[in-house]
Amino acid sequence: MSFDDKDGGGTTGLELVLAWGFVGIPLLWGVYGTLANALKLFQ
Amino acid sequence: MSILSFLDRSHTIAKPGFSRWMVPPAALCIHLCIGQVYAFSVFNLPMTRLIGIAKSAPDDWKLTDLGWIFSIAIFVLGASAAVLGRWVEEGGPRRTMFTAALCFGGGFLVSAYGVSVHNLWIVYLGYGVLGGIGLGLGYISPVSTLIKWFPDRPGMATGMAIMGFGGGAMIASPLSVWLMSVFSTPTHVGVAETFVILGLVYAFFMLVGSAIVRVPAPGWKPAAYVPPTQPQKLVTNKDVYVYQALKTPQFWLIWIVLCMNVTAGIGVLGQASAMTQEMFPGRVTAAAAGGFVGLLSLFNMAGRFFWASTSDHIGRKNTYFVFFALGFVLYALVPYFGGAGNLPLFILCFLIIISMYGGGFATVPAYLKDMFGTRYVGAIHGWLITAWSAAGVFGPVLVNYIRQYQIDSGVPKAQAYNVTMYIMAGLLIAGFIANFMIQAVDDRHHMAAETVDDAVGVA
Repeated sequence: MSFDDKDGGGTTGLELVLAWGFVGIPLLWGVYGTLANALKLFQ
Repeated sequence: MSILSFLDRSHTIAKPGFSRWMVPPAALCIHLCIGQVYAFSVFNLPMTRLIGIAKSAPDDWKLTDLGWIFSIAIFVLGASAAVLGRWVEEGGPRRTMFTAALCFGGGFLVSAYGVSVHNLWIVYLGYGVLGGIGLGLGYISPVSTLIKWFPDRPGMATGMAIMGFGGGAMIASPLSVWLMSVFSTPTHVGVAETFVILGLVYAFFMLVGSAIVRVPAPGWKPAAYVPPTQPQKLVTNKDVYVYQALKTPQFWLIWIVLCMNVTAGIGVLGQASAMTQEMFPGRVTAAAAGGFVGLLSLFNMAGRFFWASTSDHIGRKNTYFVFFALGFVLYALVPYFGGAGNLPLFILCFLIIISMYGGGFATVPAYLKDMFGTRYVGAIHGWLITAWSAAGVFGPVLVNYIRQYQIDSGVPKAQAYNVTMYIMAGLLIAGFIANFMIQAVDDRHHMAAETVDDAVGVA
């Protein structure tokens, strides 16, 4: 997956990083917690 | 000019240079928030001791009464998605996301008031009705926008958003538990304050999504994307009006396809913890079963992205053929692995099954787009959500009642799920047949060219 499908210079790389970080960080936090809990299955 | 004119579709048309990769985060802002609904059960026990605090008092709410909050919210989700779908398409994504944010966040605030005055009807009205409208609008709002931005990869694009719905509970559950621990005191449970914080945070997140979202300018295409010149058998480049789509057999066949796929998965999701403990007594503890449920959630989420993306390469119909054929084999194997005490393969079967359950949700918007075009795909998707509502009732009831019937008939608990698994496999055969019967939509259902041009003109 790439983020280079732009038609010009409107959206900056920083805006993309901020937008994806805004949703990605909470999601990764949730996935990490769930994964840590799931490991109990193998203990 | 209206003070809310910035919500109009015309104000959301992307200027040259806008990256389409800004749109999936906008959609995720919505879906990660409304996915909270799957974690609402974390409030049930605390809300049974709002008066008694340490344990339930006689005037406290009962679990059976609290269960209605979730049921009302899911029912209103389906109803609002169906009824308001056309308004969603014609009003544009920003107006819809903005409204969804106010409804979903406002639902929490109204519920917080209901909790503080201990009136359950206000909670039903707040989270159930108002929040449910936010859920319905939020669920379908980004679908057609993403499909228009990603005509080359519609499955992947909608899969990303709907993956967020699966992941929302993973954030909401620990966040809610932590907030309640922060606000609880020896004389107070802290649910109302938690609702207020969640309402404000979710409204903010969703409003950010509505600010980011854009629709492509008329005639826009991704760089280097060449639309197929040869007509494809099951992919139309024409549009079907939302209410006309409901008159086609294709819509109802896809309705059956989704309903069967969801019924088979949802029954397992609700019973996963009890099922593993009863089928492997002494080997799977309650904590380990909780870990299994967590693993199922992860595969449910990942499957949404994986299978929807895969459908861009192998086609929607073939993707559902895989769901139904592979699902049938796996459901048929589960009792064997359970009887043989093979826990790893038992778990593997369910992880693949649940990935296909999530995949079914995520692939269906692109299936609708292939059959009915992009113009009203969000609204048609809204009507299709009723299949989910039906499956939400049908699946758990089927699993619970068959299990109970088996136990009442003297079948050991460890084997009480076997018949259920075979019935689920049967449902998948019904889904396979419905999928097999899907053909291209008859030309008489397509919108006239001038009507489509008018519609595109406001896109």
